[in-house]
Amino acid sequence: MIPFLRKRILSSAVPLVCVVLGVFFLARMTGNPVDLYLPLSATSEQRAEFSAAQGFDLSIPAQLWNYLADAVQFDFGTSLRTGQSAASMAIEAFPVTLQLAGVTMLLAITGALVVGSLAAYRPNSLIDRIASLLSMTAASIPDFWFAIMGVLVFGVSLGLLPTSGTIGGPEIWILPIATLLIRPFGVLVQVVRGSMVTALSAPYVKVARSKGATPRRVIFGHALRNAVTPVLTVAGDLAVGLVNGAVIVETIFGWPGIGKLMIDSILQRDFAVLQAAVLLTAVTIFALNILVDVCHALTDPRVRQAVPA
Amino acid sequence: MTREKASTGDTAVPARTARPSWWRMLARDRAAAVGAVVLTVVALVALFGRLFIGDRAQRQDLAASLRPPSLGDGVYGLLGTDVLGRSMVARLIEASATTLSVAVPAVLSSLVIGSALGLWAGYHRGRRESVTLRIADVILSFPSLLIAVVVLYVFSPSALNLVLILAVTRIPVYLRTARAEAAELRSRLFVDAARTFGTAGRMIIYRHILPIALPTLLTVATLDFCFVMLTESSLSFLGIGIQPPDVSWGLMVAQGRQYLQTAWWITVLPGLAIVLTTVSATVLAAWARLATDPAQRWRLTLPKKRRTASAPVPPEMIP
Repeated sequence: MIPFLRKRILSSAVPLVCVVLGVFFLARMTGNPVDLYLPLSATSEQRAEFSAAQGFDLSIPAQLWNYLADAVQFDFGTSLRTGQSAASMAIEAFPVTLQLAGVTMLLAITGALVVGSLAAYRPNSLIDRIASLLSMTAASIPDFWFAIMGVLVFGVSLGLLPTSGTIGGPEIWILPIATLLIRPFGVLVQVVRGSMVTALSAPYVKVARSKGATPRRVIFGHALRNAVTPVLTVAGDLAVGLVNGAVIVETIFGWPGIGKLMIDSILQRDFAVLQAAVLLTAVTIFALNILVDVCHALTDPRVRQAVPA
Repeated sequence: MTREKASTGDTAVPARTARPSWWRMLARDRAAAVGAVVLTVVALVALFGRLFIGDRAQRQDLAASLRPPSLGDGVYGLLGTDVLGRSMVARLIEASATTLSVAVPAVLSSLVIGSALGLWAGYHRGRRESVTLRIADVILSFPSLLIAVVVLYVFSPSALNLVLILAVTRIPVYLRTARAEAAELRSRLFVDAARTFGTAGRMIIYRHILPIALPTLLTVATLDFCFVMLTESSLSFLGIGIQPPDVSWGLMVAQGRQYLQTAWWITVLPGLAIVLTTVSATVLAAWARLATDPAQRWRLTLPKKRRTASAPVPPEMIP
């Protein structure tokens, strides 16, 4: 287990390094990074001064070295908008997104396991058709439109829920969580159902049944255990994809999370903050991938053996 | 054997092993049939709609600003007008062409590149597999919207850039699926047999692995079509996708958002268009999964009543 883990951490660090380097080179690829950082209205004296202060007049390897040294200390300079440290802005915004994503994934996984298994017991039954249709619709609705429709119906027309903001009781969570939930929930129900149908028609299930195992034991002891591996993988990918949803949800509902921070820094061309937010997200996803790998190895012994130390 | 019988099966009484015709299987699944019709209509509208609307999608008429949907204003007034008095019908048609011209090339290129790489990596294993998977991980470790956001920050948002970004960010999806299928299939007996007879790796992938992996990959592609369409809409909604004066469904939702309280139709209708298209693709994907799988296909040849009765999970297993 430990060698497996070490191997996975090493190989998962590669994408992280790529992201760090990618951000650096993307910023330099467009030519002068000063254009990227400073507003269009900056004078040439301001540009020269900024360039010298930030070390953009150095050679590319020297710049890369400075950048890496700063990145390790998580220092990305100051925001052009607020004058605050870019890293601290990203770290402040982070818990909001993490809360949203955590609650969403928890609800999505538990909900999908229940609904998906129920639907797989009896393919083509009524509950299966309803579950399939619901999950298909859920996986096909654009989240920004769903959020706006929620605001239109529950906020504007009925006046039941707040249209945006983070101040208030639990009702402020309903629309953002519901918006984030639709996609992971819809996809996971389909995955659980699909892998449960396959697992239930597998030979080992027939063996278990012919040995007289109860339906409950067959489903929870044999089928679900084998069906859960693809669910884990997909759930990991969906959690990564939640950042997409977070950008939308935080923009529409005005939550001060990392998604809103990114969009704001893009629209106001604040590259230092964008960099800090992107790298913080990349580090989190790195940790998440390790977590998924560990769960994967715990549920499926074949995975552990497939990667020899 | 199966293939020979299928080719003569249309005229003669179909043999037991023959594949039922696609039309018949489609007709058996009402939801999938509706989905196929909707997608066909959307595709036709996107292809030929521009010929009929002329410049009506851009023509402004401030006197007709924010008219609600009505039957009295002719075809182009059927769904109301936006704040500049432009016909919603014409704009929806124009937007369908833009949306599909981004989504379809992006899906096709990522499907072909991702599947080819994935099958190759999964079949050969070893160094090739780990390198390919690492590349996929690099791309996947970055949420697609984020890649798009950063790249579009540096480069200008255009339809071509959108297609490129969406294709690159979706390649890992096919790559991982194809690799998993190939890695599992390569240890099967028939692959061993082909290898023993000296078949080249390339031909084994093409002849023995691809046909089995293809239904899954096509299903993934159909589902992914939704994802790509939704990402394009999201980017356009956030203001970093399709730029005005071009119009896409996502951009229309964004433009209508500030008139939400007074003119619901500007926001609701393009969203409905997106939902209708993506739901149709999803339903069709579910059908395609059954229809292209020889082990599952029989379900679509039976009338609905008997289908339920012959479900593979025996009734006594239901708690």
